[in-house]
Amino acid sequence: MLSFVLRRLAVAIPTLVLVSMLVFGLQKLLPGDPVLAMAGEDRDPQVIEQLRERYGFNDPVPVQYVHWAERVLQGDLGTSLRTHQTVTTLLAEKLPPTIELAVLSMLIALAIGIPTGILSAVRKGTWTDHLANVVALSGLSIPHFWLGILLILLFSVTLHWLPAVGYVPFGGDPAANLVAMIMPSVVVGGGLAAALMRHTRSAMLGVLKSDYVRTARAKGLLSPAVILRHAFRNALFPIVTMSTLLFGELLGGAVLTEQVFTIPGFGKLIVDAVFNRDYAVVQGVVLCVAAAFLLLNLIADVVYMLINPRLRRPR
Amino acid sequence: MTSRSLRKFLNHHSALAGLVVVVFFVLVAALAPLIMPDDPLKTNFLAVRKAPSMAHWLGTDELGRDILSRMMLGARASLLAGGISVVIAMAIGVPLGMVAGYFGKTADQVISRLTDALLSCPFLILAIALGAFLGPSLGNAMIAIALSAAPIFIRLTRGEVMAVVQEDYVEGARAIGLPHRWIIVRYILPNILSPLLVQATLTVATAIIAEASLSFLGLGQQPPSPSWGAMLNVAKNFMEQAPWMSVSPGVAIFLVVLGLNLLGDGLRDALDPRGD
Repeated sequence: MLSFVLRRLAVAIPTLVLVSMLVFGLQKLLPGDPVLAMAGEDRDPQVIEQLRERYGFNDPVPVQYVHWAERVLQGDLGTSLRTHQTVTTLLAEKLPPTIELAVLSMLIALAIGIPTGILSAVRKGTWTDHLANVVALSGLSIPHFWLGILLILLFSVTLHWLPAVGYVPFGGDPAANLVAMIMPSVVVGGGLAAALMRHTRSAMLGVLKSDYVRTARAKGLLSPAVILRHAFRNALFPIVTMSTLLFGELLGGAVLTEQVFTIPGFGKLIVDAVFNRDYAVVQGVVLCVAAAFLLLNLIADVVYMLINPRLRRPR
Repeated sequence: MTSRSLRKFLNHHSALAGLVVVVFFVLVAALAPLIMPDDPLKTNFLAVRKAPSMAHWLGTDELGRDILSRMMLGARASLLAGGISVVIAMAIGVPLGMVAGYFGKTADQVISRLTDALLSCPFLILAIALGAFLGPSLGNAMIAIALSAAPIFIRLTRGEVMAVVQEDYVEGARAIGLPHRWIIVRYILPNILSPLLVQATLTVATAIIAEASLSFLGLGQQPPSPSWGAMLNVAKNFMEQAPWMSVSPGVAIFLVVLGLNLLGDGLRDALDPRGD
């Protein structure tokens, strides 16, 4: 087990280093000279030279990268040009709303996606299956932010049932917070549910064809028992692997959904940073997301191994 | 496409429906200047935010411009962005995937680690970050989307090539000493075209949503030129006063993307030699 985790880390760490190089390289894409921007009105060559020296812009690029990476490893992702807070503080501040959105969306996705996926596989070819497929494909084809706009038009503008904006922290007023989170969670969760349904369906279809499910049916076991105890347990493996991919979908969806519903989270942070040309924040967000994604992949691999006894034997 | 695949495709109702929808929008985009009822950039302050009517079938926007005409011109931006970014992504991804899959060893190690690194960042976040650093414009949005989608094609091509390389006819071609380039172009490429075609169709759908998302955030098409995402970006400020502004661009994105997804799924079924 330990050796497995170590082996996976041996792949994940170089990948993360490469990601950090790419993220560092992003700032080299910027047109113009950052020092000139920093110097502002003051175009005194001496001041510019001092700034260049102070920020290490005279060093070769690989040296600049090493200095930057050293600071990142010490938890220093730089300072926001806009708010003058450290990027780490900003990230810590903006993470809770996004985590809440992610958890609520995931609950909705699991509650809808897995049962419909199973049902659709079991009733393959019937109208239930067709309907579920059409709804799922529509869910994948609808842009998150537009679904958000439609929900606001219906439930806020027309019916006045739910607030369109007005996020309150969960700690402040839990009831108001949950009411404000209904529409955003449905928007993000709906897209995830569609993806999850399609993957559950195809995983279940693969398993339902196998010999042991046929044997279980032949033994006269009741269908729901066969489906849950025999088929679904085996269909879980590809679904777990999928969950890491869904994480990407989740964050992408959160960025736009937070923008539509003005939720002060991670997604709003990156979008505001993009518009304020606050590049340190953009770099910090990308690096954190990538690190989280690699970590999740690692966890998924370990979980995969724990639930699949065939992989546990030493190879 | 063999005649068997073609027959399967023609019997696939949802795929044909998808094809019809996609062809319709491509025609609208191509013929936009000829069929637009009005000048999509002409403002008219006497007809600001008018609801749909006989004069303006889809209503007018906040500057009195005809929404139907803007939708038609916007179709160009959205479809071109989707198509071109996927072409660029394939131009980068397919050769790299081939090198990795065919030559293996160090080339594979380097290319695969780079792919892992790019894939470790969610597609849309990578595209937004790249768009931010490249600067807001439709062209840059296309580059950002292409770079974010390239690793998908690297990984797919690599896997397919590795499977084909094992085949006897490739081994035979190697044994008689054909040059690598010849083997790749004549023996390998034709055998991996089907999965690439399916992936390309589905990725155009993703790219159209990505372009709409970037334009919605203000990182894509810049005013006054229309794109569906950019129109929604403005429309969200007038949800109470002019809700129709939010409806049509979203419906168009949804229909095109749904059409492409149906088409992609259908192509996958038709081109899969196993499924019957």
